[in-house]
Amino acid sequence: MTESTTGSSGAAGKDLRLEGVTKRFGDFVAVDDLTLTVPQGSFFALLGPSGCGKTTTLRMVAGLDEPTTGRVLIGDEDITDLRPYKRPVNTVFQSYALFPHLTVFDNVAFGPRRRGVKDYQQKTRDMLKLVQLEPYARRKPAQLSGGQQQRVALGRALINEPGVLLLDEPLGALDLKLRRQMQIELKRIQTEIGITFVHVTHDQEEAMTMADTIAVMNAGVIEQLGAPGDLYENPETTFVANFLGQSNLIMADVMDTSGRTVVVDCHGQQVGVESTRSHTSEGRGWLGVRPEKIFASPAGLENHDGSNVLTGGRVSDVSFVGVSTQYLVRMPWGQELMVFEQNTGQRAAFKNGDEVDLAWSRAHAFLLDADQDAQAGMMTPEADT
Amino acid sequence: MTEAVTTPPAPPAPVVDGENARRRGWGWLLLIPGMLWLAIFFLFPTVQLFFTSLYDPSGSFERGYAMTWHVANYADAIIDTSNLFLRSFMYAAITTFVCLLLAYPLAYAIAFKSGRWKNVMLVLVIAPFFTSFLLRTLSWRAILSDRGPVTSFLQTIAILPDDGRLLATPVAVIAGLVYNFLPFMTLPLYASLDKVDHRLIEAAGDLYSSPFTGFRTVTFPLSLPGVVSGTLLTFIPASGDYINAELLGTPKQYMIGNRIQAAFLTERNYPLAASLSIILMVVVVLMVIVYVRRAGTEELV
Ligand SMILES: Nc1ncnc2c1ncn2[C@@H]1O[C@H](COP(=O)(O)OP(=O)(O)OP(=O)(O)O)[C@@H](O)[C@H]1O
Ligand SMILES: [Mg+2]
Repeated sequence: MTESTTGSSGAAGKDLRLEGVTKRFGDFVAVDDLTLTVPQGSFFALLGPSGCGKTTTLRMVAGLDEPTTGRVLIGDEDITDLRPYKRPVNTVFQSYALFPHLTVFDNVAFGPRRRGVKDYQQKTRDMLKLVQLEPYARRKPAQLSGGQQQRVALGRALINEPGVLLLDEPLGALDLKLRRQMQIELKRIQTEIGITFVHVTHDQEEAMTMADTIAVMNAGVIEQLGAPGDLYENPETTFVANFLGQSNLIMADVMDTSGRTVVVDCHGQQVGVESTRSHTSEGRGWLGVRPEKIFASPAGLENHDGSNVLTGGRVSDVSFVGVSTQYLVRMPWGQELMVFEQNTGQRAAFKNGDEVDLAWSRAHAFLLDADQDAQAGMMTPEADT
Repeated sequence: MTEAVTTPPAPPAPVVDGENARRRGWGWLLLIPGMLWLAIFFLFPTVQLFFTSLYDPSGSFERGYAMTWHVANYADAIIDTSNLFLRSFMYAAITTFVCLLLAYPLAYAIAFKSGRWKNVMLVLVIAPFFTSFLLRTLSWRAILSDRGPVTSFLQTIAILPDDGRLLATPVAVIAGLVYNFLPFMTLPLYASLDKVDHRLIEAAGDLYSSPFTGFRTVTFPLSLPGVVSGTLLTFIPASGDYINAELLGTPKQYMIGNRIQAAFLTERNYPLAASLSIILMVVVVLMVIVYVRRAGTEELV
């Protein structure tokens, strides 16, 4: 059909850019003034809870929904008003959207045939091999399992080697082993062909292992964007702190912000936070520490020079999960903090009721604005993946 | 996969049905009323019709008929009416084709473009059924009459010569047939177009299909079950129809239905009428079988 698509040219300056993109459905704002640049050839993950606007964002990039306001660009070309079939963009749909009247082979061959690719048959066979569906080529989608269908959807989009590939939870239906395999494969394809991937997922582990950049989205806006490590180690909002991994958030009063270390008062005990990791300046704040960063020791026994220490804890729950032991420690002000400890076998495990001190390095805490909900972004049981 | 040297074992051939059929059990009970109905009102009359077609034609309604297994009735019937059969199937085929051309855009518009007017439009499609079929066909005589607006208009734009007419021509008969059977084409088409998942059309667009290509490669193939049932629902009754030919045509446009009707009701030649009916039935069934095979409905979703 149309040859206006460039495919994977490899030329620089084909970044995907969203500028002030808003999408309203009636009064409801699904995506709110989103501005974002996805560098060409990068693996970009959009992570967020159900209904936060991930699919809507992808649909606007694909051209299936029109932004209410704002612009979508690839490189310097404004594609906001370009019809979907003219965009160098392909989508792996959340619902697969496989053509039920076509065989697996014809589904995968659909894109190349529309574009008049000469050796589409060979390309299709190669793609079927890649997604491990060769023996199923003659079947109809209805005769495949959910995971197989998902791989057809993946192959059908990948075969076009588009400039930007949008993946809407492409691995959600696969079992763990196949999922890991496909993750590695996707990553390999992405680096090899240099396609820009925008990958939507619920699975934070998937996002962190695969992506160069993660954007955490919530209620139509991007809460924070950055490299996986930065996002995890230095979250800027309680939502990110809770949504990516788990965090202990302790209410604290900010005492001194003058030095390179911000001093805060936690229910009477003073601890420090590096100023680069402090995202509030005065009044109160949420002091955050990841459970695996905390080192628990028998009360008063060890010397914690240079570390932050909170004393007076009492172990209230112990659960052994194999590689680690997870403790809940009740603090004097009533809050229960999570502490994960590797089962190195160096130390005996604590028991319920043991008195402990909690210590962590200054470089490992972060300080967040107190106006936010400490529960934001926590996994509710049904949203758990 | 790079490390996937172990090719997955060949998958078992997909099982379509079979297993499930054996589990129906009680479901058969539900079939009983329908089966009884068919036995009494279809099977029995058909057998009766078959026997009648083999009666001695020298009998008459008043004197009664003798059962002589007079197979020659069929030969007589075919010799007598082969041109009527040809004409009927030709008219029915043209009717079906025109109905398809008219109904497809209509059904498409109702399914995809009508928005909240969908129900209103569907009611309008079946609204003609609220008045008598005879009355509506008769009113086409007025519409197509020699002094009527359609004829005059066609004469003005010189499509029809000044002394040309529409009524009492094949055009009138076919127009009547098309009009009467249009809903039977529209409704099945609508039903299958309405089922087409909009996301598939989006996916086609995402995969470099212009709207037209998307229609050709996705929407139309998915609507084929509706095309098949719509054409059957139009072609079968149209090939046996006699009202339109009688009211809008002349004996020169008569179809096989007119001949059967005359043989039954006017001439009271029951053996002839019965053998004509049987021939019509067999030919139509054969055509349908060939058609459905070729359209491959079992392949359709
Ligand atoms: N066509 C529509 N009309 C009205 N509201 C819509 C429409 N499409 C999406 N929404 C709303 O917009 C919000 C964002 O939807 P979206 O599909 O983008 O969520 P998502 O982040 O992809 O969620 P999930 O992870 O469950 O797929 C939802 O609250 C949804 O109800
Ligand atoms: Mg979604």
